[in-house]
Amino acid sequence: MLKHKAKVFRPTAFAFPYLATTIVFVIVPLILILVYAFRDGDGNFTLQNFAQVFTNPTNLTQLLKTIGIAAVSTLITLLIAYPTAFILASQPFNKMAILALLFIIPMWINFMLRIFALKSLLVTLGMKQGYVMAVIGIVYDFFPYVLLPIYTVLSNMDKSYLEASRDLGANNIGTFFRVTLPLSIPGVISGVSMMFMPVFSSYAITAMMGDAETSVIGAKIASMFTHQNYGDYGPGSALSFVLLVLVLIVMVVSNVLTRKTNKAPAKGGKA
Amino acid sequence: MNKKSEKISLIAKWAFLIIVLAGIYLPLIMIILYSFSASREVGGEFGNFTFALYKNLFNDTKLLTATKNTIIIGAASASIATILGTTASVGIHYMRTRAKTAMDAASQITIVNAEIVTAMAFFLLIIVLRDAIKIPVQFGLGWLIVCHTIITTPYVILTVSPRLKQLNPNLLEASMDLGAGPMRSLIKVMLPQLAGAMVASFAMAFTLSLDDFVVTNINSAGSGVDTISTYVYAGIKRNMPTDIRALSTIIFVIVLGGLIVFNIVKNKKAKENLHK
Repeated sequence: MLKHKAKVFRPTAFAFPYLATTIVFVIVPLILILVYAFRDGDGNFTLQNFAQVFTNPTNLTQLLKTIGIAAVSTLITLLIAYPTAFILASQPFNKMAILALLFIIPMWINFMLRIFALKSLLVTLGMKQGYVMAVIGIVYDFFPYVLLPIYTVLSNMDKSYLEASRDLGANNIGTFFRVTLPLSIPGVISGVSMMFMPVFSSYAITAMMGDAETSVIGAKIASMFTHQNYGDYGPGSALSFVLLVLVLIVMVVSNVLTRKTNKAPAKGGKA
Repeated sequence: MNKKSEKISLIAKWAFLIIVLAGIYLPLIMIILYSFSASREVGGEFGNFTFALYKNLFNDTKLLTATKNTIIIGAASASIATILGTTASVGIHYMRTRAKTAMDAASQITIVNAEIVTAMAFFLLIIVLRDAIKIPVQFGLGWLIVCHTIITTPYVILTVSPRLKQLNPNLLEASMDLGAGPMRSLIKVMLPQLAGAMVASFAMAFTLSLDDFVVTNINSAGSGVDTISTYVYAGIKRNMPTDIRALSTIIFVIVLGGLIVFNIVKNKKAKENLHK
């Protein structure tokens, strides 16, 4: 009976304006990247742009540098955010409503202003611009975005698992590594995915806090597209295409990881 | 565990939280302090307490224009995104499984993609529209509103869709059984129930837009339109204008104060409802 009614009333047409804008402003531009990546100045098919990306040593070191910066800063952020989330989700801190909010609030403040504030403090403390300062800046910027998903998972965790673990004889450390940590992995993965790839685009932070050596691949792509010369659009598109493939790889890996970790404890427990 | 070690662990936890909080707030406090100093650099000699930077700020047309642009782009794109995203959510909600999966995947593209790639995809699009198809479009405020709408709409869908799933479908059917047409039922029955989610998604789209740098930086391309983010970024190459400290202080105080008050009121209300 429900099915019959659903057939009568299906306002799927409401999605059409969004569908149209998505095609024009998201899908077509991605196709344009593909087209520009594989064509030369005269409009013929070429692999020259990709050859240029991969044979140019500065591009390659730039890409490796970016992966390094993203990995190091993500790891540091996790090492600070996880314990913070763990403490905030535990007794008696979970009863203090405003406390957790204080850690998340910076999310709502314009990041350029926050980075400017941080730089002012670090310079006052005598620090020089460079890799270290840039990594501190990236950690500072992304911290609330990594903290939030981990905190959400930890504070929604079914506490009876912990009691069961203790009743069965595990001590606090054993309970943490065998129960809490595995159950919180989905939060960690979503925190990492909020940070790792976005760091590739965070050239504003490296420009503000790094030296001449410090930059991420996003800066390179940005420099290829702010000139008004068409010559760079090809190689720039090729480089973007490489980034696009990287995004897909990261997405697939994180999906597989999430599925794997979800399988075990999901049985019988609430998700 | 005995009482003493419990106490030590509690102190250690507080110490950790306070160190992290200090890391988060010391930079902001420093800017707030130095917004009352005429010192050229933050951290320089403080000198006399003064409102000079605030006076400068209200005469600084460039920075004020950048602030105005930021708010115009944010408000316009968040309004359009809220309408576009809410109607899309309703449409997607009634789609069959396969179409639904396809739409969900399409709406995820800009969320998972590297922002720099999204930014230059917009850039290529307007170049092709302008130079190859000869449509009279140009970089500027309007184009930035379009770009921001596209990148924030998926977040509106993410916020509204779960709420739609919770709605009682019988209410809509009851309304139609009682003789209201489908359109009227949607507006009179479904829309009021979505109001909360729409407000939340507007707020989210607005803050995402305010915070954006990469898309704005690349798609303002020579149009001279600055937002707060791109204006501060440009300050890296020349000297950083001192009145940014005054603007930062105003923004910090509004955001921090607003959110804390909002949450205290919300918690109080939740508690009152619990007692009822």
